[in-house]
Amino acid sequence: MNRPSPRRRVGSFLALATAITLVASGCSAASTSTTIDATAPAKLTGTVSFWHFFSDREAKVVQSVVDDFTKVNPGVKVDVHSGQDDEKLKKAIAAGNSIDLGLSYSTDIVGNFCSSGAFRDLGPYITRDKIDLTQFNKTVRSYTEYKGTRCSMPVLADDYGLYYNKKLLAAAGFSAPPKTLSELKKMALGLTTYNADGSIKTLGFNPMMGFYENAASHFGPLAGARWLSKNGNSAIGGDAAWTELMTWQKSFIDAIGYDKVNAFTSGLGQEFSADNAFQTGQVAMNMDGEYRTAFIDDQTPNLEYGTAPMPTADDHTNLYGGGYITGNIAGISKGAKNPEAAWALLKYLTTDTGAIVKLSNGLKNVPTTADALASPDLAVTPQFKTFLDIVANEHSGTTPPSPVGAGYQQSFEDFWHKYQSGSGSGLAAGLAKVDKDIDASIALTTGP
Amino acid sequence: MLAPAILGLLIFFVYPLIASVYYSFTRFDLVSPPQWIGLRNYIYLFTQDPNVWQAAGNTLWFVVVLVPVRILTALGVAWLLVRAKRASGFWRTLFYLPALVPPVAAVVAFVFLFNPGTGPVNLILRAIGIQGPLWFNDPAWSKPSLLLLGVWVMGDVMIIFLASLLDVPQELYEAASLDGAKSWQKGWFVTLPAIVPVLVFSVITGVIAALQYFTEAAVASSVASGRATVGEGGGATLGYPDNSLLTYTEWLYVRGFSNYQLGYASALAVVLFVVASVVLLVLLRRVRAFTPEEAS
Repeated sequence: MNRPSPRRRVGSFLALATAITLVASGCSAASTSTTIDATAPAKLTGTVSFWHFFSDREAKVVQSVVDDFTKVNPGVKVDVHSGQDDEKLKKAIAAGNSIDLGLSYSTDIVGNFCSSGAFRDLGPYITRDKIDLTQFNKTVRSYTEYKGTRCSMPVLADDYGLYYNKKLLAAAGFSAPPKTLSELKKMALGLTTYNADGSIKTLGFNPMMGFYENAASHFGPLAGARWLSKNGNSAIGGDAAWTELMTWQKSFIDAIGYDKVNAFTSGLGQEFSADNAFQTGQVAMNMDGEYRTAFIDDQTPNLEYGTAPMPTADDHTNLYGGGYITGNIAGISKGAKNPEAAWALLKYLTTDTGAIVKLSNGLKNVPTTADALASPDLAVTPQFKTFLDIVANEHSGTTPPSPVGAGYQQSFEDFWHKYQSGSGSGLAAGLAKVDKDIDASIALTTGP
Repeated sequence: MLAPAILGLLIFFVYPLIASVYYSFTRFDLVSPPQWIGLRNYIYLFTQDPNVWQAAGNTLWFVVVLVPVRILTALGVAWLLVRAKRASGFWRTLFYLPALVPPVAAVVAFVFLFNPGTGPVNLILRAIGIQGPLWFNDPAWSKPSLLLLGVWVMGDVMIIFLASLLDVPQELYEAASLDGAKSWQKGWFVTLPAIVPVLVFSVITGVIAALQYFTEAAVASSVASGRATVGEGGGATLGYPDNSLLTYTEWLYVRGFSNYQLGYASALAVVLFVVASVVLLVLLRRVRAFTPEEAS
């Protein structure tokens, strides 16, 4: 019996391995073309596999709306998979798992999911069913599409404003929240109290980047700051708005002392717990999303607080009333087995006023359609009303979809963290390096 | 007879390894077909990646500090336990018990214990007039804080050393005593050669684990940042504070699954594999010189 030589065996083995690799990689090829029936089916049937990230109480709210959908469409069974984060979603889509509809908590995935085809182009469905996209405002429309391809629809929004403790403000002699960043700093310093050893007892406003919702993305709209230029490269270093915001934030920290603010911040409770520093009164004013109203109702119902739009940069007072908007998005997976039923469910979740209002009342997120925002059935407290106004404001902004997800924001924040502690390079040189890093990362994904 | 084992090896080791090498030369986002881009990922890794060297440095810290400290502590505790005359079962259980705590729970507990404002550690230090550090919230202290955690859960290594020390033949000690050996000479010439295989095993597994260090650092960053959430991933807090806990595998994860650069992440994985292989080969060659067979 002839035994193959070791070299031949290695060669055969490598050939086999290469074949396996190429076959497997070929299996993952995306198909982005979407061909659909000329008319929507009169009667929907089959099963829709619906993946979303909500859990516990919030998952029950989503389930109740799904149940409403199946009552109207008795031929459809919705197989709901709750508690699935974005990474699991993408891995499952890539692996060809049976997912029809996916719901994500992050608009940062849109650039990649649209360009890679992980989510199908919804354009043909929208055209066929004559969906009026102007019912969503411009910002919401912008974060659900990428380079002209609409692969997702908005499922409620989060927006960010200023929470203030009425008792603490009144005790310090303030009767209204600040409207400019200079006012915010001045009021915050007046509201800050110290222990006998010089450490901070209560803070008027915590300026530390990275504290709870203090993210660059949330500060950007306060000065109309831009992230990416039209050609997709970083616009951060060349935008004076970022320099203005960073200079203000650094001067605020320096007025108290970085070490003191850092020590104080380090001892604060978890953001998503009853120990949240605003809820405990350790911080008098705080930037947060509309969902905080639900946490306060649940955990500290006796807290006397108000909400307002975030103050704007001093030379951008015309932007007052706006803020950062983001939200949940949903799309039909490239491997959807029942795309028509998935589209029907997606359309129901994102355009049916009754469904949106029910979701909003249950999840305490902001509706995204004009009709739902004006619905008398929407449960609106004075504090929550602020966030409905922010989402409708023309000056509200968001972060642009990118093929590298939130990578460009992370690069910028890495530098901002160093800058605020005084350990980074100078501002201009640092921002130039940020631009260079972001451009190199994007080029790695999109370059020739 | 060997077919199932070979099949398993091909599917779960050889194929992923070859696939990773292939993807490392491509632009790949997991969904679109991979595009061949030659050495582009490797050039970016060595010349343009803004965080890879810091991540590699942090990982190296865990390899050269955490691994030896854990092993020496475990060896020291095992040595003491061998000599314990009373309640040895109690002491063995006490030192081993922390190793049974799930890693995530252990890290969460540690971060709360060492919370600079409300944690009992700093409260005790304050009571005796010492201003405690910010522990997991200070870039200079975050890694030493994880080192303390690593030492606390060293029971898994300690139990192996304990078994090894108890397994050293008493006759060898008796013979050494007859030859007039002192305590340290018995330790150096009898105990150490006898436990070298276990020591080598501990070093190798420890180095591999340190090169892949992820869970403890990720959870510590998430909890210490005050933004721990359930269900929304932890990508935004990885590395906190100031990337001092950003490990190489965390960075690989960020680039692969948050930035959708699976091709580049594969290049990072290949480099890690090569580095780990070289380190372990060097380690094995150097250690072989100390084994009893080589000595004889």
